[in-house]
Amino acid sequence: MAVYKLNTPISEETVRKLGVNDTFYITGTIVTVRDAAHRRALLLHKEGKQLPVNLQGLAVFHCGPLVKKEDGGWRVVAAGPTTSSRMDLFEDEFIKNFKVRIVVGKGGMGKKTADAMKKYGAVYGAFTGGAGVLAAKAIKRVKSVEWSDLGMPEAMWVLEVEDFGPSTVAIDAHGNNLFETIQTKVDEEKLKIYKKL
Amino acid sequence: MVTGKAVENVAVKLLQLAVTELPQDVKEALRRAYHEEENEVGKAQLKAILDNVELAEKTRAPMCQDTGVVIFYVKAGSQVEGLDKVEDTLRKATVRATREVPLRPNAVDPFTQKNTGDNTGRFIPYIHWEVVPGDTLEITVLPKGGGSENVSALGMLSSSQGIKGLKKFVVDTVINAGAKPCPPTILGVAVGGGADVAMKLAKANLLKPLNQPNPNPELAKLEQELREAVNSTGIGPMGLGGKTTVLDVKVDYAYRHPASYPVAVAVQCWAARRSSARISSDGKVEYLTHSVV
Repeated sequence: MAVYKLNTPISEETVRKLGVNDTFYITGTIVTVRDAAHRRALLLHKEGKQLPVNLQGLAVFHCGPLVKKEDGGWRVVAAGPTTSSRMDLFEDEFIKNFKVRIVVGKGGMGKKTADAMKKYGAVYGAFTGGAGVLAAKAIKRVKSVEWSDLGMPEAMWVLEVEDFGPSTVAIDAHGNNLFETIQTKVDEEKLKIYKKL
Repeated sequence: MVTGKAVENVAVKLLQLAVTELPQDVKEALRRAYHEEENEVGKAQLKAILDNVELAEKTRAPMCQDTGVVIFYVKAGSQVEGLDKVEDTLRKATVRATREVPLRPNAVDPFTQKNTGDNTGRFIPYIHWEVVPGDTLEITVLPKGGGSENVSALGMLSSSQGIKGLKKFVVDTVINAGAKPCPPTILGVAVGGGADVAMKLAKANLLKPLNQPNPNPELAKLEQELREAVNSTGIGPMGLGGKTTVLDVKVDYAYRHPASYPVAVAVQCWAARRSSARISSDGKVEYLTHSVV
């Protein structure tokens, strides 16, 4: 269970060093993307258009932040992760096309995403769900907000972070998936529990 | 005489307290879980939760970005004047709290997908009324997050499945939910009454303090059995493994139709936010879940 301090942009070589159960902290740029932003990004890519931010080597965060407008700028009040499994629909294409190296969220992701992470070199980090203030504390500045027409939770917030974490590596770039391992154990345990009821 | 403005101010304060500070019994349960957890990854999750709770309290910031859909439970003394105005007042308080605390706007039209931006809409905030003797007004707020609400479940079991069916339904609900409701969770379980009554009782269970055992010994025993069963799944804090999958299980019941055996499970995330206050006829306000100076 090693601890990594990562600076964006992150190389494929660096990200492949991380293994399941390791912990990491990110310094640099992370970008929030939820359902609607994934959909729009992939649509633009299909049309051959550029995204407003180059995501190569960056971390993306499954998060719909609570943000307050203050003195003409934005302040992130709370920014914990949202349930990542909703993004399983798009994440493989997203990783392939935009070369993101880190995906942070909660609750884990499925095989299709894990396969893409192995193939292209990326990891999934589980950040404690609900720990919105802990996350906000590491967010130093809102660099920009893109696609604000999608609404506060769904917009793409480009954030400058310092030691953003801890996140636990739950899917590494070698095909290991911590949530899948736990699910298998839980299913085995289930039959024993039934017997005792 | 209790004025509308006084009630509005109390309700805004209750919303602010609820989203920024957990009640003492929930904090204690989380601390106990942290000390007892043996799985290293699970323990680290509980540490992050406790750090976050402390930071939220210190900085007066909402502990989670999902500040939930606002639900009120009102115990209205039959002698309180102006009860017909309370609903309007609680709506106004919700709008104000959304701006002032702030709360994330979470009220969306299910047909147009439009977010009203102020946490109000048709039937939202929802108000549960109970008329009681006396001249005091007791207001409780339950801001309910989406992640845990999405895995709440209702089972219309066959009456022959009985109590064993209930236990299996609760275990299955927790296993199907996995990491999604941000465990360790609190389960409100209720049986009987019909589909609506079971779910209403299940959810109201989430308002009960965690440090008080069920006064009914049969139910207390069932609660313990369910707690042990779901905690042996190994799902653990945030679904990353460990022995704390639930902080507590609360059970209630109503009599049932001979043909029906409805079982409802209301799931609450670790951020079990709630707050209550009692307003007396002379305008005196007593906060019941939080210390307010």
